Parts: sequence; C-alpha cells; structure tokens
Amino acid sequence: MAGLVYFSTKSGNTRRFVEKLGLPASRIPLNRSDPPLRVETPYILVVPTYGDGDPRSAVPSPVIRFLNDEHNRSLIRGVIAGGNTNFGASFGLAGRVVAEKCQVPLLYRFELMGTVDDVHRVLSGVNEFWKRSA
Amino acid sequence: MDMPATAAARRLSRVDAINWNRLQDDKDLEVWNRLTGNFWLPEKIPLSNDIPAWNTLTEHEQQLTIRVFTGLTLLDTIQGTVGAPTLIEDAVTPHEEAVFTNISFMESVHARSYSSIFSTLCATRDVDDAYRWSEENPFLQKKAELILERYRAEDPLMRKIASVFLESFLFYSGFYLPMYWSSRAKLTNTADLIRLIIRDEAIHGYYIGYKFQRQLAQLPTERQEEIKIYAYELLHELYDNEVKYTEALYDDVGLTEDVKKFLHYNANKALMNLGFEALFPASVTDVSPAILAALSPGSDENHDFFSGSGSSYVIGKTVSTEDEDWAF
Repeated sequence: MAGLVYFSTKSGNTRRFVEKLGLPASRIPLNRSDPPLRVETPYILVVPTYGDGDPRSAVPSPVIRFLNDEHNRSLIRGVIAGGNTNFGASFGLAGRVVAEKCQVPLLYRFELMGTVDDVHRVLSGVNEFWKRSA
Repeated sequence: MDMPATAAARRLSRVDAINWNRLQDDKDLEVWNRLTGNFWLPEKIPLSNDIPAWNTLTEHEQQLTIRVFTGLTLLDTIQGTVGAPTLIEDAVTPHEEAVFTNISFMESVHARSYSSIFSTLCATRDVDDAYRWSEENPFLQKKAELILERYRAEDPLMRKIASVFLESFLFYSGFYLPMYWSSRAKLTNTADLIRLIIRDEAIHGYYIGYKFQRQLAQLPTERQEEIKIYAYELLHELYDNEVKYTEALYDDVGLTEDVKKFLHYNANKALMNLGFEALFPASVTDVSPAILAALSPGSDENHDFFSGSGSSYVIGKTVSTEDEDWAF
C-alpha cells in the first residue's frame, strides 16, 4: 500500500492533519543534521505553504532537499497542500509549485490542520486515486 | 518543570540586549521576517479611485459600511493598545516580545487605515454619527467587553485564547462587507486594503495560537482539558453575541445568513489556530463562492481533484522558480 510523505514545522498543523488521516506516513526531517528520508514506494506528498507569496520561497527547504533526491522524486504521484485562504492568491501555493516541478496533480488544499470534512474527502479521494493508478 | 519567567517579571529587575543570533524558538524569527516583509501603510492604496463606486451606494449601504468599519476600528484599537501589549508582558522569549511590538504597531496601522477610508470617501458628519453608533451599540460593546475581561484576567493562556478569537474570528462579521462589495466590483481599492489587514491577522492568529499551544503542552492533562473547555465556552459566548451583532447590521440588506456562514468558517479557523478541532460542520460553513473568490483572488479555481471531474486541475505551468535549491 502506497502512503504519504509529509513535512510539518513545530506549529504542527500538517502533522495533525496527517495524523487525523491515519494513513501510513513518513515525515521529512526538520533539520539538515537529521538523517535524510528515502522512500521506496509511490507516495502522495502533503506540504504546508511558506513565505510571502513568492513561489520561490513557498516550498519549505527540507521538502526541496527531499525532492532533489532523484529516487524520491521518481515516486511522487500527487501533492496535497496546506495553507490559509487569508493569504489570498498564495493559498496552498507550495502545492502548485511542487505540482509543476514534479509534473503531478495538485490533489487537494486544506486550511491549517484541516476539518473533519477535509479528512473524509481526502481519505476517500486518496483511496480512489490509488485504485485508479494501480 | 520550569516555566520561563514572563517578560513583565523580568523587566522589573533587568533588561538584556536582544540577540537575534541566539534564538530560543526559531518560530520567532520566522514570524518576525514574515511580518516585517508584509509591512504596509494605507497611503500605498489608491483609495480615492473608489469615490465613484462609493457614490453608487445607497445612503443606507453607505451607513452600513461606515458602521462596519468603526466596529473594526474598535477591535484594532483594542488589539493595538491592550491586547498585543499584554502579550508582550506574557512573552517567554525576548524575540517573542519584539514580535508583539510589531503586532501592536500593525494593529494601530489597521485602525488608522479605516480613518483613511473615511477621510477619502465619506462626509465627516456621517463618520461622526457612526462613531456615536459604535459607542452605543450593545453588541459591539459587549464584544469588546468580553475580550477586555479576559485580557484583565491573570492567566496568560486565557489571554491568548481571547486574542486568537479576536484576530481570527471577531473581525469577520466586518470583513465580510468589503469582500461582498468587491465581489460586485465595488470599492475594490478598499477591498485591497482590507485584504492586507486579513493577511496580517492570519499571521497574528497563527503566531499567538502557536505560542498558546507551546505553553498548553507543558501543563498536566486535566488542566489542558479545562482550558480547552474554557476556550469552547468563550467561543460560544462570543458567537451568540456575534450573531446578534450580525443581525443588527445585515438583516436590512438580507445578508445575515451568508455572513453567519462566514462566521462559522472563521470560528473553525480560530479554533484550529489554538490547536483545537473545528466546531461547525461543512453544511453551515459553505460561504458564497463569490466571497471566497474575493478573499483569495486568482486562487478560486477548484483544486479538489478528488471530487471534481478530473478536468478541473491543471499541472501548474505559470510559476517561475529560480530558487537554486531546486537542483532539477
């Protein structure tokens, strides 16, 4: 069963969302000094959006480092982005940037730690998605 | 377990020079950079371009708009002069204190902006009338009192809860109206200014909520539960009053029901900023798409690939990334 890969800072919004999904998930380490994550199966990336609306700073650096590994990158199948509509056009921007760089679909955007409805939609959506891609 | 002394206690004995190269919590620097990078002043928005649109509003619509903005001014004044300064005193790192000085000042910029809108668009007499209204409106005054009561309380966690509810929930009965005008291509420059305020408030709510969660995590489980119950109780109390405030403002223009959805939607986000689960189900948070589009212009395409037909997503093509960190 393919899983999720996610990144979350100390504020933990994305971690909480992923925990609520309850799917197998691997966390991209926060610090450069931690051993890098290397994946072996196809995955969907869950990523929070950073910065000031500039696409160049929207994706957290540890996620960029993770995707710079060609093996990791070859296994990404889709991306789900966290954010806040208060940030206007840059809501979930990290998801759009990753979708473009990796040529995979942006599957869903959620706000902050996600609501129960987000969890239901993503769970059934992810399930369908893997069935279709199988 | 050692709780760090608060800034208020520390300041009475000594103040140390702040060193931004030695951080206890790197979130402080991240948020400082974000906030200072977002700095703006109302003078940068060409509000006078809204004069023709202002003149198309009926007298009643103009009065409603001015009243809504005086209500927002009151909240920004409270947050700038009482809320954020109180949070400086509760800060546990020197950098957190510095972030709250920025938040305090920006709230004063927000409060000042509404006066720029007034002086550009409105007659002095109408504005004076609205200020009088704001001083006498029982629901607006109660909203202010409910928050001030918590700011006067002893517990830093209670103050942060009240502060997040102000930043992430109480403004939105007011923010609705400029988003509504903007969705009808009216007062679009005013809406640009309000969107800058909305962006700032999101970072404020996020940061105060983050600091709240850090402190909460250090407490015993039973105390955490008590505080969580307290937070939901306060939200309910604020919400009941907010519904009455909303009805008083919007019943005449028939917008109350949609504003209430916007309240539910933002109450959920306020709770999430505190690390708590959303309260209102999707069936009552379905804000009109025109309002959401006004909130996030250019971002209103459907990115729910799962429930969409599959044609609604495009793999991005317009974003130029020049960040050298991307090696591929």
